[in-house]
Amino acid sequence: MLKLNKNIAISDTGYVFDPSIGESYTLNPIGLEIVELLKANKTDNEIKSIILERYDVDDATFERYYIDFTGMLKNYQLAKDE
Amino acid sequence: MEKLKFERPFIKKITTGLPAKFGMKNRIEVVNNIDGLPVEELMNDYGSPVFVISERTLRQTISEARLAFSTRYPLVQFAWSYKTNYLDAVCRVFHQEGSWAEVVSIFEYKKALQNGVPGAQIIFNGPDKSAEDLELAINNNSLIHIDHFDELYMLAELSKKTQKKSKVAIRVNMDTGIYPQWDRFGFNYENGEAWEALNRILLNQHLDLVGLHTHIGTYITSPSAYRTAASKLANLVVEIRNKYNHAIQYIDMGGGFASQNTLRGSYLQGYDAAPSFDEYADAISSALINSAIRPDSLPLLILETGRALVDNAGYLLTSVLANKRLADGRRATIIDAGVNILFTSFWYDHTISPTRFDNDHTEETTIYGPLCMNIDCIRPAIVLPLLKKGDRLVVQRVGAYNMTQWLQFITMRPNIVLIDTHGKTHLIRKGETVETIKQQEQLPKHLE
Repeated sequence: MLKLNKNIAISDTGYVFDPSIGESYTLNPIGLEIVELLKANKTDNEIKSIILERYDVDDATFERYYIDFTGMLKNYQLAKDE
Repeated sequence: MEKLKFERPFIKKITTGLPAKFGMKNRIEVVNNIDGLPVEELMNDYGSPVFVISERTLRQTISEARLAFSTRYPLVQFAWSYKTNYLDAVCRVFHQEGSWAEVVSIFEYKKALQNGVPGAQIIFNGPDKSAEDLELAINNNSLIHIDHFDELYMLAELSKKTQKKSKVAIRVNMDTGIYPQWDRFGFNYENGEAWEALNRILLNQHLDLVGLHTHIGTYITSPSAYRTAASKLANLVVEIRNKYNHAIQYIDMGGGFASQNTLRGSYLQGYDAAPSFDEYADAISSALINSAIRPDSLPLLILETGRALVDNAGYLLTSVLANKRLADGRRATIIDAGVNILFTSFWYDHTISPTRFDNDHTEETTIYGPLCMNIDCIRPAIVLPLLKKGDRLVVQRVGAYNMTQWLQFITMRPNIVLIDTHGKTHLIRKGETVETIKQQEQLPKHLE
C-alpha cells in the first residue's frame, strides 16, 4: 500500500512542500484529491472506487493514469510502498 | 448526479531560478482551426496524420514578398523553388501569382513543363544535368545556370551541334562574411574562377550569357550577406560591360531567406530571429541601385526564395498515441507523425500547438514519433498541456521541404490537403498504401 511521507505539507490549493529536501510541487485538483485520500490511508482500490464514483472515467483509463501519478509521487520521494 | 470531467492527475515540481532574458513565460498557443476549418473535422475527413496547406497563406506571403521588393527595385521576378515543395497544386498557386520555375533536376524540369510553365521561364540550376537534359533545355530556350566547367564544355559542344545558342548564366559562389561559406556549387568569385568561366562563355559564339546567379546559403538571418553578394554580382555586371560591351539581363540572388521556424539550439525564437522580406529587399535593392551599374540598364532581379514563402502555409495535424514516463521520471509523448514525414524536425524546434487548453496546468514533455527507431524524436523538450491518448496536436510551419524530403520509412506518407481561398478542402496528394509501395517492386520467379 502506498503511504505518503508524514512530514509533507499540503495546502487546500494543491501546493505541496517537502521540508526534508526543501522542494515544492503543485497538484491539479484531481491530483490533490488523490493525495488527500492517500493521506487518509485509503487503499488503491478504495481510491479507485471513490474517483470512479465522482468522475466521468472508466476503470482502465483511471488505472493507467493512477499508476503514472503514483509513480511520480514515488519518483519525487513523496510516497513509498509499505 | 452528473459526474465531473476527468483530467489526468498530475504533480509538477516547482522550479525557481533566473527568468529568461526576456522574462517570458511559456506561451501555449491553441490552434483549433486552419483558415476557419476545425482541426478535428479535417482529421475526421482526411485521417491522422495529415498535412494541410493554406492557399490563402501562400498567396498572402508571396504578395508580401513581391511588395517588399517591387517597391524598392524596378524589375523583380520571383521563380518558384521546386525542391522546396513540388506538389503541383502548390507550384500552380505560385505560377498563378506570376512566379517562374526554378528547378534542379530533370524530374523537376518536366514537372514545371507539365505545370504549364513556358520553357523560357524555367531556370535550370544544379550540378546534375545530362546531355539529354541540356538539349531539352536548349531547345526550350530555358535559362541554364552552369555549375561547373564540365557542364560548361558539354553545353558549348551541344549548342554547337544543335546550332542553337544556349541562354546561360553562371552560378557564382563567394565570401559574404557568413559561415559556412557555400563553395561547392558554381564558380568562385574571389579566386578568379568566375572570370575564367565568364571569359570562356563570352568568347564562345554558341553561348549567350544572359545572367549571373548566386545562392549564398540557407536560412540566412543576416541581410547584410545579401548586400555583399549583390554588390559582388553588380561588380561583375559592370566589368563584363566594360570588357566585352555585353549587357547582363538579370541577376539571380537565389534563395536562402529564413522562415519563422526556430532553429534547434537557437536562443531567439524564429519569429524574432528571421528578418522580414523588407530587410532582405532593402539589402539587395540598395546594393544594386548604389552600384556602378547604369540606372538605364539595371538588370532584372530574380529571387528563388522557397522556404520563406511556403513554410508558414503548411501544417501537420497529428494525434497522441501514448504517454509514458522515461526512467528518470520525465514525461514522454508518442505521436503518429515521425521524422520520416517531418524531416525538418532534425534542425527545427517546431511550434507544436494543442487544439485545446482547458486549464492552467502544463508539463514538459519529449515528443517522439511512432517509428521503432531511436532517432525518431520530434521535440526533445516542449511545454504542453496534459495530453492523453487521442488528443490532437498541430505542428506549425511545415510547408518547406517536408513534402519533398520525406521518406517512406516504416510508415506510409499521409494525405495532403489544400484549403482554397474560399475555405474548401481539396485532397492534393493521396496517402500511400501498401499497394503504392508494392507496385514498384518485382519478385524474381523463384521467389513467387
